[in-house]
Amino acid sequence: MTINEIQDSIVEEFSLFDDWMDKYGLLIDLGNSLEPLDEKHKTPQNIIEGCQSRVWLNAEMNDGIITYQGESDAILVKGIVSLLIQVMSKHTPEEILNTELYFIDKIGLKEHLSPTRSNGLLAMVKQMKMFALAFKSRK
Amino acid sequence: MIDNIDIDKIRSEFPILKELIYKKPLVYFDNGATTQKPQCVLDRINYGYEHLNANIHRGVHYLSQKATEAHENARKTIADFLGAEKREEIVFTRGTTEAINLVAFSYGEAFCHEGDEVILSVMEHHSNIVPWQMLCERKKMTLRVVPMNENAELDMDAYKNLLNDKTKIVSITHVSNVLGTVNPVKEMISLAHARHIPVLIDGAQAVPHIAVNVQDLDADFYVFSGHKIYAPTGIGVLYGKEKWLNAIPPYQGGGEMIAQVSFEKTTYNELPYKFEAGTPDYIGSTALAEAVNYVQQIGIENIAAYEHALTTYATKRLLEIEQMRIVGTAAYKGAVISFLIGSIHPYDLGMLLDKLGIAVRTGHHCAQPLIDSLGLPGTVRASFGIYNTKAEVDIFIDALKRVVIMLS
Repeated sequence: MTINEIQDSIVEEFSLFDDWMDKYGLLIDLGNSLEPLDEKHKTPQNIIEGCQSRVWLNAEMNDGIITYQGESDAILVKGIVSLLIQVMSKHTPEEILNTELYFIDKIGLKEHLSPTRSNGLLAMVKQMKMFALAFKSRK
Repeated sequence: MIDNIDIDKIRSEFPILKELIYKKPLVYFDNGATTQKPQCVLDRINYGYEHLNANIHRGVHYLSQKATEAHENARKTIADFLGAEKREEIVFTRGTTEAINLVAFSYGEAFCHEGDEVILSVMEHHSNIVPWQMLCERKKMTLRVVPMNENAELDMDAYKNLLNDKTKIVSITHVSNVLGTVNPVKEMISLAHARHIPVLIDGAQAVPHIAVNVQDLDADFYVFSGHKIYAPTGIGVLYGKEKWLNAIPPYQGGGEMIAQVSFEKTTYNELPYKFEAGTPDYIGSTALAEAVNYVQQIGIENIAAYEHALTTYATKRLLEIEQMRIVGTAAYKGAVISFLIGSIHPYDLGMLLDKLGIAVRTGHHCAQPLIDSLGLPGTVRASFGIYNTKAEVDIFIDALKRVVIMLS
């Protein structure tokens, strides 16, 4: 699936719920089922400090494809980390760099990416693209 | 005690309490961050601009005289409210932060030298840490920190040991914004004075909730913010004993704070104008006086008793929740409850409570050294004001129980 196809499928999944608490319930489930980040990747270099919560992000490239792994200490943030990884992982650096992330806005979770929340998510999106840029220039 | 408070009348005076948040009635438990404003304060702001707007202290014309009078009357109101000896001891600032910066800079310039020490406590807000750190960097001084015990009460023996001949000033919060602890500031001041060391008290979390008398405390400096006591943002107060305010240099230069200006030499105005450079916030000062009058009409003792009962009730109900951990269990506490539930992250609790119309603060509450010393990721904080009710506490507890199930 292309990045946009994945984004669209997430938007569809969330559209099944009109109640806020159900949407958050789904986010919590996603957070709980996110594969924990290997302790060896929880390094100071991989940490993205937010004012409210912390996010770790690790990226690796094999055969031109980037795989992201991440985690957070807050479960709602972890749920969004899980969505971001679903969308961005397993793509080429070019695909990632050319992506416009619209799904968060469409599923009504934009507030989590607002700079005023300072939960590390906005910095995480930036960091994902920075990794892609670094891998691209290394190719 | 609750007989003295007409809660329905009070609630009707705060327009924002009628707001719906995500179609639910607002439950505002973030009063430690800022308070809502009663209609009389909002009206006073409008009245100022509609009827009394002219720059003060410099006009011969009618409106300027009237505006000056209103600003100076506001100063008198604040002086009386704090129990200050003279109105000249009240300096208007932008808030607590600016007031502390003023003292840290000006007192530091006059009295501090390399090797000297400043004493703070572990439970200070960043605004009562960073200005002193900047002073310490500038003058090559050392910060000394009073620790606390497991009940979140300051360790008074440690404090006594920290006081020494190198100590140049002590700066301590009256009430902790995270833990709610009411510190024994009168005793702390008296211990410092025995060594001729002046003390600044950060009253931001005290003045809206408990009676404060600066002469009774014998505080050398006492500071607070208007917006935490039902007044607008951008106005605050520095109380300083006349002898100290006279002994320290101005903080900012500009209009209003001068006596004579020439390119060779400028002489400064008398107190309190020496510290009020530029056009003062005379709309803010009068609205602050209005808020203080409002608080005094209800009665600060009545407010303290009402909020104490509410805090006690909320604490009892919070403890119904399994794995509840109240952070800050001092014997004498203000209207603040910080807590954590099991291993649930405070951000998650706060976000879900928000969706249910409940405003609480989460995180480190601008007291990172304190939160780090407790080894916590942050806390959830409910902080109360005069318009909060037991019914709101019940809504809050039900909501909390609901989100805990979701997050467990």
